[in-house]
Amino acid sequence: MQNQNDDIRAALLRKSRSSKLERRGKFISWLCIAIIVVVVFAIFGFVAYRGLSTFFGTKVTLWNFLSKTAWAPGTTDASGVPKVGALPMIVGSFGVTLLSALLATPFAIGAAIFMTEISPRWGGKILQPVIDLLVGIPSVVYGFIGLSVVVPLIRHVFGGTGFGILAGTFVLFVMILPTVTSMTVSALRAVPRNYRQASLALGATRWQTIYKVVLRAATPGILTGIVFGMARAFGEALAVQMVIGNAALLPQNLISPASTLTSVLTSGIGNTVMGSLENNALWSLALLLLLMSLAFNLITRWIGKRGAMK
Amino acid sequence: MTAKRADKIATIILDVIAGVIVLILASLLGYILVRGLPEVSWHFLTSPSKAFSSGGGIGIQLFNSFYLLLLSMLISLPLAMGAGIYLAEYSKPSFATDFVRTAIEILSSLPSVVVGLFGFLVFVLQFQIGFSILSGALTLTVFNLPLLTRNIEDALRQVDFAQREAGLALGLSRWETVLRIVIPEALPGIISGVVLSAGRVFGEAAALIYTAGQSAPALNFADWNPASISSPLSPMRPAETLAVHIWKINSEGIQPDASAVSAGASAVLILAVLLFNFAARFLGNKLHKKITAG
Amino acid sequence: MAYSLDDRFIRELPADSEIALSTDDLRVFYGDKEAIHGVSLPFERYKITSLIGPSGSGKSTYLRSLNRMNDTVPGAHVEGRINYRGLNINSSEVDVYEMRKHIGMVFQRPNPFAKSIYDNITFALKRFGMRDKEQLDAIVEMSLQGAALWDEVKDKLHKSALALSGGQQQRLCIARAIAMHPDVLLLDEPASALDPISTAAVEDTLLRLKDSYTIIIVTHNMQQAARISDYTAFFYSGQCLEFDETSKIFTRPKIQATDDYVAGHFG
Repeated sequence: MQNQNDDIRAALLRKSRSSKLERRGKFISWLCIAIIVVVVFAIFGFVAYRGLSTFFGTKVTLWNFLSKTAWAPGTTDASGVPKVGALPMIVGSFGVTLLSALLATPFAIGAAIFMTEISPRWGGKILQPVIDLLVGIPSVVYGFIGLSVVVPLIRHVFGGTGFGILAGTFVLFVMILPTVTSMTVSALRAVPRNYRQASLALGATRWQTIYKVVLRAATPGILTGIVFGMARAFGEALAVQMVIGNAALLPQNLISPASTLTSVLTSGIGNTVMGSLENNALWSLALLLLLMSLAFNLITRWIGKRGAMK
Repeated sequence: MTAKRADKIATIILDVIAGVIVLILASLLGYILVRGLPEVSWHFLTSPSKAFSSGGGIGIQLFNSFYLLLLSMLISLPLAMGAGIYLAEYSKPSFATDFVRTAIEILSSLPSVVVGLFGFLVFVLQFQIGFSILSGALTLTVFNLPLLTRNIEDALRQVDFAQREAGLALGLSRWETVLRIVIPEALPGIISGVVLSAGRVFGEAAALIYTAGQSAPALNFADWNPASISSPLSPMRPAETLAVHIWKINSEGIQPDASAVSAGASAVLILAVLLFNFAARFLGNKLHKKITAG
Repeated sequence: MAYSLDDRFIRELPADSEIALSTDDLRVFYGDKEAIHGVSLPFERYKITSLIGPSGSGKSTYLRSLNRMNDTVPGAHVEGRINYRGLNINSSEVDVYEMRKHIGMVFQRPNPFAKSIYDNITFALKRFGMRDKEQLDAIVEMSLQGAALWDEVKDKLHKSALALSGGQQQRLCIARAIAMHPDVLLLDEPASALDPISTAAVEDTLLRLKDSYTIIIVTHNMQQAARISDYTAFFYSGQCLEFDETSKIFTRPKIQATDDYVAGHFG
């Protein structure tokens, strides 16, 4: 009896197999997290290092980069400054992003209202799977359809080549529509049911209730969805690159060939020599892209915080 | 205009919008399938592509897509599993945890072309792996990790905390309890997440054009030695995938039948992604039933 | 209703009684908030001790700190001594996993693993290295019989435990706990989620297990405490106000709060 007691006491004071396993497991899973965090830092580090070298040891200034319209990094202008004016791409990126968001927002909100308020049955049965499927279609397929349907159509209707911001807008509209819609749906679903009942009980029509009560209450969520959609549009590369025309010129109108940050990156990075100014200038575009995606992220956080405070 | 009238008009507009969206998807799918499916034949699915003449297939690209998917899942799944376990089981509410979550969120919101450029810079150039399956798989891992991690964390959190208490009260470690009790119960959620992300990875192109490369050298399907460069299994060979192929022939292709080939390839790509979607739902439901009622 | 928390009665156990587990001035904190304010109690070997008291009185919190299950709650920490076999198990020197093999626990809601009945019982044993099939079979039968479940499940040992009724699941959880051969069995309102018939079955089980285990049970049900336990501790507002033989607590409590509680004046 005494012996058994001593054995148990000894075992209690020893490190058990379980606690060794626990320590090892915790370390392994911590390591996985650490790898992800390191990768995030590495992405920012590498891209920033490459992207900033355009501005060091050259005559290129940040203001040059953001405001000049001539993009031909291999050549210099009259005063000997390399032509790295990224304004055409910046305008192109913001152009397609804002226009597609502008086009997608009413559709997304309409579809979301249909799904949550008007006909949840049809919404759940038909529209929800449709939205899910639209999310799943790879972007190159959107690009291919844009190239073989949208571009010829624009050419036919408006003349010109058909390539340009308008084609990019249409493609991105379809691509971000499901994202914005499903986030709007969750925002509308989060509005408490009694808001609607109270409004209807006061004699408001369904549309008045939706317009004056439900949409107001869901505004932060809807805005978050729109910003998410814009972030996706801003970062989309191949589908846009296939239909935008890829001319690094300031767009004159919506149907003249243009370019975006992503389209110049995808077509250019393989054709320049690493370390050259041509190449570094492209990395500067990538850095700009990275910072914009960070900005979109901050905006959604800010909206989320303001929404939570109300 | 009376309120009643406005209500009616609004309802009609909403109906129209819902109809338009359904129509968009229907015409997208219809266009791809009607134009693409007639191109799809056994020959098309198995023969190599041609750069300058018509009659090329997508055999190698199709194989590359699946092989790349498999490799990137082999790398990202354990990592995401570990990270998901840490977040669901070990992380305490703190500044560091918030920081990690923010980092993962930012990673998930990065444009895939940026991830691709990072892969190009680090794996292709820095590590000198070159345009290869391995570079592509590592890049896709970066692309895939944040969503997969979040998915696994969510699936683990779905499992009742009482299950962990049961394991701990028997003297088991949290780690063993999670590995052998919680994960099996979370499996339906984990598997549907994995299959869904497989669909995403399968259709991804922007992250691959500068990592796995844009060429599909001929493969010797009799040689299964991973170390030999013409073997299908070699991770060091450049490998254009199906999605990259569609982009490539549309932006710089000079095949006379480029449009037909891309229609066929798009149809195959869409069918594969649809298949992943259905598989995710089906497997998730089935496993769930099996585990809860078996 | 305010009771003086200074009026307390904690009965000393007879000098010859064997103490399986005891606490000295045990305090539990959630963050800065002190939830248990210094509880000192002895638990006699091979007896059943009930912890009773109104909701929020801290009886479950106290029970869960006895095998350090509160370690899993973020922000919780426990001060004071928990004495077991001459060691203070509330210290980092004592291996918490090894300790839990000796101080088992059954929870309020049945929580069988989503495995077969057989695997529920053998899972931990196998993880601790027991491989011998005959030995495992014997333990399965012994613990299921101990939990009065053997006759009901002996033909479906390899069926899922989730297919059992709530009462059967809870007895399976008891069987799973005693398969580890613990010294002490902690039960946190084990019958609160069960129907009367299952409750009776669980109570019978506990009365039979008393011969070989020290049992500490939290219960809301005063009849249950009166029926099965040898000692009863009355918890109120994070303190133990009275600890005595069960018969005395229910007939002649020494503290007003206890009297009112067992008479059903509040709860």
